[in-house]
Amino acid sequence: MSSFWSAWIIVITLGVIAGCWWVLFANRSAAPKGEVKTMGHSFDGIEEYDNPMPRWWFFMFIGTIIFSLIYLALYPGLGNYKGVLGWTQEGQWAEEVAYADEHYAPIFEQYAKIPVEQLAKDAEAMKVGQRLFANNCSLCHGSDGRGAYGFPNLTDNDWLYGGTAEAIEHTIINGRNGQMPAWGEVLGDEGVNQMVQYVLSLSGKETDAAAAKVGGATFGAMCSACHGADGKGVQLLGAPNLTDDTWLYLNPEWGLAKSVEQSIRLGRNGHMPAQARYIGEDKVHLVTAYVYSLSQGK
Amino acid sequence: MSTATEQPTYNYKVVRQFAIMTVVWGIVGMAVGVLIAAQLVWPALNFDTAWLSFGRLRPLHTNAVIFAFGGSALFATSYYVVQRTCQVRLFSDTLASFTFWGWQLIIVLAAISLPLGMTSGKEYAELEWPIDILIAVVWVAYAINFLATVKIRKTSHIYVANWFYAAFILTVAILHIVNSAALPVSMTKSYSAYAGAIDAMAQWWYGHNAVGFFLTAGFLGMMYYFVPKQAERPVYSYRLSIVHFWALICTYMWAGPHHLHYTALPDWTQSLGMIMSLILLAPSWGGMINGMMTLSGAWHKLRNDPILRFLVVSLSFYGMSTFEGPMMAIKTVNALSHYTDWTIGHVHAGALGWVAMISIGATYHLIPRVFGKEAMYSSNLINVHFWLSTIGTVLYIAAMWVNGILQGLMWRAVNADGTLTYSFVEALEASHPGFFVRWMGGAFWVLGMLLMAYNVFMTVRSAEAKPVAQTA
Repeated sequence: MSSFWSAWIIVITLGVIAGCWWVLFANRSAAPKGEVKTMGHSFDGIEEYDNPMPRWWFFMFIGTIIFSLIYLALYPGLGNYKGVLGWTQEGQWAEEVAYADEHYAPIFEQYAKIPVEQLAKDAEAMKVGQRLFANNCSLCHGSDGRGAYGFPNLTDNDWLYGGTAEAIEHTIINGRNGQMPAWGEVLGDEGVNQMVQYVLSLSGKETDAAAAKVGGATFGAMCSACHGADGKGVQLLGAPNLTDDTWLYLNPEWGLAKSVEQSIRLGRNGHMPAQARYIGEDKVHLVTAYVYSLSQGK
Repeated sequence: MSTATEQPTYNYKVVRQFAIMTVVWGIVGMAVGVLIAAQLVWPALNFDTAWLSFGRLRPLHTNAVIFAFGGSALFATSYYVVQRTCQVRLFSDTLASFTFWGWQLIIVLAAISLPLGMTSGKEYAELEWPIDILIAVVWVAYAINFLATVKIRKTSHIYVANWFYAAFILTVAILHIVNSAALPVSMTKSYSAYAGAIDAMAQWWYGHNAVGFFLTAGFLGMMYYFVPKQAERPVYSYRLSIVHFWALICTYMWAGPHHLHYTALPDWTQSLGMIMSLILLAPSWGGMINGMMTLSGAWHKLRNDPILRFLVVSLSFYGMSTFEGPMMAIKTVNALSHYTDWTIGHVHAGALGWVAMISIGATYHLIPRVFGKEAMYSSNLINVHFWLSTIGTVLYIAAMWVNGILQGLMWRAVNADGTLTYSFVEALEASHPGFFVRWMGGAFWVLGMLLMAYNVFMTVRSAEAKPVAQTA
């Protein structure tokens, strides 16, 4: 801030403190000898004694003022004056981060050297991984990893981008962007409905066979590039398999048909944020092992 | 020296109106509080209805208890006290009537607009701009009426209670107008005139001074009349009044930044907020000492005067929460307590223990006097109300201390590997018993307020009457 505003702050801060000091001392009086007098005025029958301020209170007041002046000498407070200690909250934060890096980083460096498949069987490591997951991932994927509407279930061994250790780690480090274009304008209302019938038929749902047939023809032309000619999806693109019974965007209030219709008409835009920048690659490695362990044996 | 020899007729109509509404809004505001406390224990109680959800009702609760209940109590007592201690009728009956109906209209508008989700998003200042303008107009009318009454007083000096009431009225006007400055985009939506950290600072400058001037200075004014009056003792120390009044109003102004420790607020601002909050300890306690010591020589009256009990216990809670406040303003303590239930407990130690209890004591004192009755209908019911309130407050704040410290410690706990020991939801789960105890404390309070309503109703309705005492 400019030196004018700095001086302004210093003057009014010290002015208020000096004012408190002055009003305190200006109203001091000796302990009364004999009976305490009243001030001589009465308001609706209320009188006021002229007792001195309690001594302990008087000194407590002075004590807080002295403490504050010392604090203002040591810490930033008086405008641009930085304080003798040179303390800043950013500095305190950097110190704490440095401490954490020094003390905890070696632990995760050790884990990072162990392959994911092996780490997933290490109970101690999985406890740590579970805590990292709880604090960084559970907000979207749930504390049990079972996901929610729009957030994939990580426990079912059904993977959008692949379930190998490498694929999972890649997903967590770099994040993912799942893009499904909106087809409503292209297909029109009837076209969307036909496509819904076809998509539902892929996983064996009861559908309007005639509509599904028309939809199927369009699917081959427009959708198979991502979802594959057989609708089984392409993990390289993160395009989901449409022939199983896993539905990422199944809105429980709408039911399946309307949810699928929404996906086709308006498209979808799934976003998994890249985690490496937040927790570092060593911790990602451990989280990878934890996520990997969730679906083992399924 | 003016004494009580003249016989002015006072305007008690507006006092009666505000006193009755104090009880009504007390019940409404606290009942909403109990409902949202119950929602934290049993979340299904929002019935999946938007206007019954916690986010909509929480501001309704705070506005109703602070501005409707506390505000009505302040209006009633300040109009009563200023007339009796200045020995003169209110400057203007028209303005008095305007402030009553204006304030009630504001409360009703708040009770409609907040559940509908209309909010400016500023804590304790959520009401949208048309209502804000109405508040400013009513408040200026109140300021004119109060200050003009002081001006035309028949006593030589201005009594200390009126210093505090005047400081409260003037400062609240400034706080409200500055913090509510906003750019309207429609009748029901506006955006703050400030941005970023400056907006946060303006908000907490307002927010903490709402505590300091609305909930402290105003109620100290109440204390300075009703405690010596009910105890029939002179005020302990005039010197102490002077020192703690000036020190209190000078330092409260600075305390706001302690709500923003370890945020984007600059370091120097945080430090000033912290040290001024610490210096505030002695001025705050000055009021408690002056009230408590006023009872010296009259302590025996506590045995059979439940109104005096309300007043004295309110001073104890005031002393406790004004000690707790400066402690929580210290950065290292705040690092633990901030964002936890401890803050909620601290606020309620002040709001229930101090503000509500002194208002209730004062209301019990003045109701028979302004309605021309010998005494309240039932002193026993006042006593039951006193115990319900005291136990309710203790349950509330003890539950929040336990929860707050529990949450603070769980959030910061780390394992040997540096990972957080608990996820957020685990701390929430651990808070559940405390939420239940807090709800019980609130329920005690509402029960007490219902007894008060019955007691006031029976007092007002009773046939027995004595001439309204116009002078002491």
